[in-house]
Amino acid sequence: METTIDRTLDAKGLSCPMPIAKTAIAMRQLAPGEVLELLATDPGSVPDVTAWCGSTGNELLEQTEDAGVFRFLIRKA
Amino acid sequence: MTTGTTETTEPTVDVEAAIEELRAEIAAHERGSATHTKMVIFAWSGDLDRIWPTFILATTAAAMGMATTVFFTFWGLFPLVKNDVRITGENWMQRMMSAMNRGGTEHLGLSKMNFAGMGPAMMKKLAEEHHVASPQELLEVARDLGVELIPCQMTMDLLGLTTDDLIDGLAEPAGAATALAEAQDALTLFI
Repeated sequence: METTIDRTLDAKGLSCPMPIAKTAIAMRQLAPGEVLELLATDPGSVPDVTAWCGSTGNELLEQTEDAGVFRFLIRKA
Repeated sequence: MTTGTTETTEPTVDVEAAIEELRAEIAAHERGSATHTKMVIFAWSGDLDRIWPTFILATTAAAMGMATTVFFTFWGLFPLVKNDVRITGENWMQRMMSAMNRGGTEHLGLSKMNFAGMGPAMMKKLAEEHHVASPQELLEVARDLGVELIPCQMTMDLLGLTTDDLIDGLAEPAGAATALAEAQDALTLFI
């Protein structure tokens, strides 16, 4: 079943710590259970998003890469 | 003294229960020390290459859900001066200090390879090319994320800085006791 995306955050071209900072701001506008799609080009965002989800309790549902763009689906805790 | 010996012969406590209690205490302690929910940074330096990581760490800590405070003291206060404020201070010493050490995020020098301002210019160019957010952008995001930015009252007085000289969105100026009270149960850094 396709995951429903409630909001997309385009953080392409942004460097550490902006993808995470903007993700944190965007997640505030979601209700628990809703899903954020994050697009980023910073390779550091791969370990950082995982670490961020680990410490904030939000769930990283999916992580893919396509032509240098990292796509993350994060479910708000 | 005989009291010591009488105490040792008193009825024994429930040893197993005591051990369980201690175990629980240790476990709670370990959990507590493994994860901090607060971060306090003492921003002492006004150098670009120190303020930059200060803002990066503060922003990230807040994004990770930590209650984050930055306490700005001594040279660390100058980055908080409005970019369009030129001379600050009331007496000639304070005014001279501000003339030689202009405040504002756009006027910070590097701790090394400053080359009379060429170093920072090159650093900003590199940052732009690599899409690294500027201290000013980071400062704005930090405020959006609710980072508490506290200017040190004593240093403000010493350097002749008023709240009018400083940017908006700061916490009320406070002293060392406020900063240390915040730091008591927080992860702390001095940068």
